[in-house]
Amino acid sequence: MNPISVSRDINFLRRQAKTVRIEILEMLTEAGSGHTGGSLSAADVVTALYFYKMRHNPKDPLWKERDRFILSKGHAAPLLYAALSLSGYFDKSLLGTLRKIGSPLQGHPCSKLLPGVEISTGSLGQGLSIANGIALGLRMDGLNSRVYCLLGDGEIQEGQIWEAAMSASHYSLDNLCAIIDNNGLQIDGCCHDVMTIEPIVNKWIAFGWNVIDINGHDIGAILDALDEAETIKGKPTVIVARTVKGKGVSFFEGKVQYHGVAPTHEELKKALRELEDNG
Amino acid sequence: MGEKEETRDKRQETSKDNAPSNPPLKIRGGRGSYDSSQLVATRDAYGEALLELGKKRNNVVVLDADLSASTKTGTFAKVFPERFYNMGISEQDLIGTASGLSLTGKLAFASTFAVFETGRAWEQIRQTVSYSNLNVKLVATHSGITVAEDGASHQAIEDIALMRVLPNMTVIVPADGIETKQVIETIADYNYPVYVRLGRVKVPVIMPEDYKFSIGKAYTFSLGKDANIIACGIMVSVAIKAMEILKENGIDAGVINMSTVKPLDNDAVIKAAKASRLIVTAEEHSIIGGLGGAVCEILTENYPVPVKRIGIKDTFGCSGPAEGLMKLYGLTADDIVRTVKEAIK
Repeated sequence: MNPISVSRDINFLRRQAKTVRIEILEMLTEAGSGHTGGSLSAADVVTALYFYKMRHNPKDPLWKERDRFILSKGHAAPLLYAALSLSGYFDKSLLGTLRKIGSPLQGHPCSKLLPGVEISTGSLGQGLSIANGIALGLRMDGLNSRVYCLLGDGEIQEGQIWEAAMSASHYSLDNLCAIIDNNGLQIDGCCHDVMTIEPIVNKWIAFGWNVIDINGHDIGAILDALDEAETIKGKPTVIVARTVKGKGVSFFEGKVQYHGVAPTHEELKKALRELEDNG
Repeated sequence: MGEKEETRDKRQETSKDNAPSNPPLKIRGGRGSYDSSQLVATRDAYGEALLELGKKRNNVVVLDADLSASTKTGTFAKVFPERFYNMGISEQDLIGTASGLSLTGKLAFASTFAVFETGRAWEQIRQTVSYSNLNVKLVATHSGITVAEDGASHQAIEDIALMRVLPNMTVIVPADGIETKQVIETIADYNYPVYVRLGRVKVPVIMPEDYKFSIGKAYTFSLGKDANIIACGIMVSVAIKAMEILKENGIDAGVINMSTVKPLDNDAVIKAAKASRLIVTAEEHSIIGGLGGAVCEILTENYPVPVKRIGIKDTFGCSGPAEGLMKLYGLTADDIVRTVKEAIK
């Protein structure tokens, strides 16, 4: 039922992540606006989910037993679109319509318009509650499907995240795995300058979660963390993925100004050359 | 909050104003569970209707935010604990979790007080329930000023406006216990977002025993030649009382129960305007953005006639007994009578 080849082939997944990054950059340049930095920082994690961990079927997006992915940091829509397109949910040519009138590829994901998008997101802080509800429903139905929820690190400044963190733990949602894309930056600057989020690990432990702290660009570490999360019973797991904003393109890396700005055509050319040169 | 609520409820039940001779309500499904001699709080009818629905359908799940004793979802929780989720005091998480459950095919009812449900979690309702057009039923109790002694912080007088402005949202304000049961049964078969506004205090049973509610369809008690009163919620019984007083004064007034505020029954509104050329709206809500606003929007574009709006006049409520507050804020039958008389002078 799962046509996505499940492979622990790290080189294959690296190549997939590179393709995902190239498509992110191309669609953002074509769109002329959008969120570059936070799409690139989570590219390795999302690649690992769509091409290794998750059971899903692009030919049957509503397959009852699928694992669910909730992009709580909805502004990383280009990343989700690239992963869905590469999985085969829709034709690659649609990527060029991002943010244009009539496109199912809205600036932030809209579940009513695009197959494979579980729920519309974009307003931060809300995805984890939705993921909890899905996890509860799956458990009621006796399904083994798992729910993955990608959070931004700035996003966990939202109070609702902590309401949901409490609920997931209270209801022992071990079929839920949250992943924090901890790139350390948000629109107005460094998270620790804008509103300190550390100590992230201790906060989630205190809320009753199993925490796995990894380098979010080390594919092997990501796969291990996702596998380990599945073995933890009685509590939800959060993977704190330490990442670099804009990862993969040297002149975007760690630059807060590329949070919500698309590459120019010049920058795209340079970026693609760099990605090719690096393997 | 819950504990305090229960104390007040006990006092309520022993109060002379609240028909202490009434026998405890029997749980009976469908229509005709109450008779016209009774006073029934719409929240009590909700609790009974939910339980009935839960027995009939095993995909019904109920969520509350630490007010299950007051909203009466506790009745369902006792019988179906495995399908009840108390989210604690966290309304935003309540709406998100209900949304997630609906995505797995559950028929999710999310309840708390109206002020918290539609106010605290408005953006969650907008971004998830309304935007994604989810089958989530938002059933809020303790709407309006009849929340009474708890004061303005707990009195939702803007919830109809907040919900009415959202695309995909249906807004229903049942008038009594019979209608509440009908509404809950009906919306269970309607797979889209619905906001249902219920109250705390006991109100007269006014709908006919064989009444059948449909979404978007008003119930006309009678059409008057001099004035027609379009009301919702607890103001329907107040409007009926006003109609009777007006009749004694030789004024022919009619009453329409506009329980669905969105989508509004435009035909019924226009028909009433054509019959009387004076429309009075009555709601336990701000005169801005609620039923009065909705009726004016339709009439100005289609059949302009004078409209008088009875409601809370752009102010907050305050603490006090429900009946006293209804007087203070101009929501009594006498207020409607005076308004009609002045308008047709």
